[in-house]
Amino acid sequence: MKIFIRIQHEDFDLNREVTVLAGDGESGAVASFTGHVRREKDLSTLTLEHYPDMTEAEIARLVGEAGNRWPLTGVTVVHRVGPLKPGERIVLVAVASPHRHAAFAACEFLMDYLKTQAPFWKEETRGSEHHWVEHRASDDQATKRWQK
Amino acid sequence: MTLLYFAWVRQKVGKSEEQMALPAGEIAALIAHLKSLGPNYAEAFADLSRVRVAVNQNHAGLDAKFGPDDEVAFFPPVTGGCG
Repeated sequence: MKIFIRIQHEDFDLNREVTVLAGDGESGAVASFTGHVRREKDLSTLTLEHYPDMTEAEIARLVGEAGNRWPLTGVTVVHRVGPLKPGERIVLVAVASPHRHAAFAACEFLMDYLKTQAPFWKEETRGSEHHWVEHRASDDQATKRWQK
Repeated sequence: MTLLYFAWVRQKVGKSEEQMALPAGEIAALIAHLKSLGPNYAEAFADLSRVRVAVNQNHAGLDAKFGPDDEVAFFPPVTGGCG
């Protein structure tokens, strides 16, 4: 399984990432999810902080778990950090597999676990106010459906 | 050992990283020690239901053990991804 995990400030190009992941013909299916900063009242900036030494290791663990559950040929995870504006891309998860069902399922699995396990934190700027985004219990619920 | 703080835990403690010479023990005891060091620590660790822990870059519980050479990180529940 090809694995590409990157944490970066700069934007990413979905088409390029998918070509790198699956352009060799090994995979018949690629499912990808791209997350963007949602426009909300007064929200000017969303700033993402992370725990550099842990982030990639934690994502690699999640990708390994996905590879144990489904027959995958490749996974790309790109997560941006630093200040982002409404509409900007935050995260990409792309999963390649010989068949679509595994690709869809593993992509959703990875997004659900990324949200509850990978050490990222978001701080919102609204006018002159800053506050940290609270973790949502519904995100924990989302991972429960994958538990065996 | 190395202590790391992220997000609002970092802001309340007032630093992102520090070194401490402490004997091996349980995370819960380490937190009790930190809270005795000053009001900034006491505030950061006032509600432990809102604080998560990692030992050597692995998620851990309050009952986890740490050693004198370990890296222990404290942070809020994570909020990555989107949507």
